[in-house]
Amino acid sequence: MGSYIPSTGAQREEMLRAVGVPSFEALYADVPQEIRFPELKMGTGRSELEVAAELRAMAAKNHVFSSIFRGAGAYDHYIPSIVKRVTAKEEFVTAYTPYQAEISQGILQSIFEYQTMICELTGMDAANASVYDGATAAAEAAAMCRDRRHSRVLVSAAAHPAVRSTVRTYCEGAGVEVAEVPVRDGRTDLEALQGLLAAGDACFYLQQPNFYGVLEDAAAFGAAVHAAGAKFIMGVDPIAAAALATPAECGADIAVGEGQPLGMPLSFGGPYLGFMACTHELFRKLPGRIVGETTDSRGERCFVLTLQAREQHIRREKASSNICSNEALCAMTAAVYMAAMGPQGMAQAAQLCTSKAHYLASRLGETPGFELAYPKAEFFHEFVTRTPVEPQRLLKALEEQDILGGLPVEDGILWCVTEKNTKEQIDRLVEIAQEVARA
Amino acid sequence: MNFPENLLYSKSHEWVEKISDTSARVGLTDYAQDALGDLVFVNLPEPGDPVTDGEAFADVESVKAVSDVYSPVTGAVAAINEELLDRPQLINESPYEAWFVEVEEIEAFGELLDAAAYEAHCRAEQEK
Amino acid sequence: MKLIFEKSVPGRCCALLPACDVPVRPLESRFARKDPPRLPELSEVDLSRHYTALAGRVHGVNDGFYPLGSCTMKYNPALHEELAALPGFAGVHPLQPQHTVQGCLEVLARAEALLCEVTGMEQMTFQPAAGAHGELTGLLLIKAYHRDRGDAARTKIIVPDSAHGTNPASASMAGFEVVNIPSAPDGCVDLEALRAAVGPDTAGLMLTNPNTLGLFDRNILQITRIVHEAGGLNYYDGANLNAVMGVARPGDMGFDVVHLNLHKTFSTPHGGGGPGSGAVGAGALLAPFLPAPRAAAAGGGYAFETPPKSIGTVKAFYGNFLVVVRALAYILTLGGDGLSEASENAVLNANYLKALLAPYAPPACAGVCMHEFVVTLERLKKETGVTALDVAKAMLDCGIHPPTMYFPLIVHEALMFEPTETESKETLDWAAAQITGILRRAAEDPQSLHAAPCTTPVGRPDEVAAARAPKLRYRFDTL
Repeated sequence: MGSYIPSTGAQREEMLRAVGVPSFEALYADVPQEIRFPELKMGTGRSELEVAAELRAMAAKNHVFSSIFRGAGAYDHYIPSIVKRVTAKEEFVTAYTPYQAEISQGILQSIFEYQTMICELTGMDAANASVYDGATAAAEAAAMCRDRRHSRVLVSAAAHPAVRSTVRTYCEGAGVEVAEVPVRDGRTDLEALQGLLAAGDACFYLQQPNFYGVLEDAAAFGAAVHAAGAKFIMGVDPIAAAALATPAECGADIAVGEGQPLGMPLSFGGPYLGFMACTHELFRKLPGRIVGETTDSRGERCFVLTLQAREQHIRREKASSNICSNEALCAMTAAVYMAAMGPQGMAQAAQLCTSKAHYLASRLGETPGFELAYPKAEFFHEFVTRTPVEPQRLLKALEEQDILGGLPVEDGILWCVTEKNTKEQIDRLVEIAQEVARA
Repeated sequence: MNFPENLLYSKSHEWVEKISDTSARVGLTDYAQDALGDLVFVNLPEPGDPVTDGEAFADVESVKAVSDVYSPVTGAVAAINEELLDRPQLINESPYEAWFVEVEEIEAFGELLDAAAYEAHCRAEQEK
Repeated sequence: MKLIFEKSVPGRCCALLPACDVPVRPLESRFARKDPPRLPELSEVDLSRHYTALAGRVHGVNDGFYPLGSCTMKYNPALHEELAALPGFAGVHPLQPQHTVQGCLEVLARAEALLCEVTGMEQMTFQPAAGAHGELTGLLLIKAYHRDRGDAARTKIIVPDSAHGTNPASASMAGFEVVNIPSAPDGCVDLEALRAAVGPDTAGLMLTNPNTLGLFDRNILQITRIVHEAGGLNYYDGANLNAVMGVARPGDMGFDVVHLNLHKTFSTPHGGGGPGSGAVGAGALLAPFLPAPRAAAAGGGYAFETPPKSIGTVKAFYGNFLVVVRALAYILTLGGDGLSEASENAVLNANYLKALLAPYAPPACAGVCMHEFVVTLERLKKETGVTALDVAKAMLDCGIHPPTMYFPLIVHEALMFEPTETESKETLDWAAAQITGILRRAAEDPQSLHAAPCTTPVGRPDEVAAARAPKLRYRFDTL
């Protein structure tokens, strides 16, 4: 039977005697008799070999596609070997939250470096140590904007569906109204937003690129939101952020996003990483842990968790967020990824994504029926095409060739291309699409 | 510990400096700042906000704690001491100069003690 | 130690990506950023050494004893990391067709069934990413339940004052008003205070059992009955489940909803502050409200389904899936018998360490404790001026991670120890000798404790300066 308890039977007896109780049962005298020691209807323990085999068998029931053209919130980017190597170090993996600064400088410094990199990527002034994912980052950002005079939250309907629903869940809990700004031709409708904005609105959330891959005229939204006295939140893709005008340049008060593209595997949806950054004006409203620089008793530079009086363990019911554990190891992963890529590597990844996505779009476009759904829109690495056949038929054909095609959406298929997709893979996809269209 | 004669004090350790019959400045006493330790931030209300006798209108943060600051008067905030937002240590260094808010349109003052009575109140609290 | 930015050399890089094999298509310039981000420029060897040096400045469970109360820092088995990295799990896109992810769905469904058995719940969601996230989710279930019954008056959540700070913070976030009730001196619920607090406005009670003083509340059945009779529901904060796996099930105690910290009780690593998993189990009343989607058996395989009255989503996709993989491996390895054995030994280890320390560090409560215990150093402080903080810092010099300090708030100069079941008797004997040595030194040489630690990479940090003038990022312009 599997167990990770080092004490031997004889040692346990000895310890029970030292404690002064006759048996293990006696330790549980306070547990009411009628509920004590239920019989659990589950198997008995097993050896490591057996459990490894069972879990491997489960993993084998999944299909790992050799070629992935689906994004929609989870992106198949190349993960440098050094990223996996560094973040598997057991000191990092097995440590708790770095409350004891003296023996946690490694984690504290890595988060401080991560915060700096997120600020650089977004152009913002301050970042926190991470939240759970991009969707919860959006919900937390909306909460940062609420005060006595500003409540309603506006969200672009072109934001990721999980972001929209998570923001809604959080806001419903807090009793806050959410309104969605409609989409027109794949883009968030700026005029509709202007019509909706009212005094007392807390914020507007815009995703860049949006769920359909389209680039929004973010600065125009920022101006409209600020004119109404609300805050402007941008949700950005971190790879695209290396190339696109920063949230700061677009006037954002808060920048958030899903950090998974920064070195995290697809992992069936998690663990991922929510990053959050904001202007100097708002940094005290950032939720969760934040690392700051200071000096130690010897006068040397060191790092600590700071601004803790904002947090739940001190402010209790008056805290604006309850978050404590976040995604620290994922934040470190993102930092190692960005450091390995460097400014050139990030720019190169972004350019490969854009070039290859446009290549696929134009190759698909050679076949009638595969037109871009939003032909006037600029896109980064995702785009929607119409399909001359039922999307599921095409996707099935691709699946048979070990290709995960794009995601079916209202106006067709949402394709995603990253630096991992070779020209050969793209050409093969196009070939299959042409065959299906002809059949 | 310092208890200036020209001020009035609440039992919850705020000082009040009357400017007129309907306006006053409010801050945190020397006794309070000493008990709270090194303050690192203060959350202040906004000008125009109403304050009510006995209710919290601000809070002060130390590294590991946050404490409410209660209003000893009922009125409206006329001005806040913005300097404290950048230099909360002023509250520790010179508590009677580090006013938090100036309140106007005061309708009511709470139960306030003179310096001698407040000093006795602090001594009693310390012995508890 | 230098920051990564201070090691950067312009023009240096790692060769990671290929040349573009399709026509280069730059973005329309109106969308482009002005300046590139100032990310560090390093070679792979620079990077490797930087993080190896950082790893040398971290104390993890694998570096030594880690008796951090309330955090269950047990050993994290090596097998789990290997399994979580399998391409069959790590390489799966969350939006693949369901017939291509049957193994992932099986992981979720199997883990759910097993954890429901351990907790006495009906159904479970793995969407919450951490304990606090689970609390928010569980409270939203309670809110949705009362609303569904048309009972809008239930707006209050009762929380004992010995509770973890997340409890009241989560209740506020879920839009409830928090009613704090005083605890008895042993941290247990004061039944009279509870009776006085419940009423037609009670949405529910949040409770940790064993409580934050490490005691099992022997009145637990009465407590949950009082709340139920008032029309409220009972929320179980699973932070301390490591004491009672296979010993007592929250469902049998009368709880309607439970959150678990898979990263505590079920041995998945903490990662320096996450990722965790705050799985939420619901009893029959609340199961229909669970977040969507949820994996369930269907037609000989598994499929996602949406609970009929779901509160929606609290996070994208299905939660921290790879954490669930690790937890499932742990549960299958231990089995039902192994889980109760783990809890029993966690409790034995805590009582043993408590007994060894008792002559020098008086326990805050008499009698047998559960998986953790609290000592009070109030007398030591009075006699020597040495505080709980000083003692904790001196432990750093012994290679021991300090216990939780100054919690729960109802005990003065508190230190809360949770040794966990994965520490040997030898480790406990050694640690007790180290700690009692420190406590003896407090009388002889208090100054040496005020000055501790002295062997760590850095000394005590100036936290006041950090908070007064926050420096939250590296400033390139100060170069």
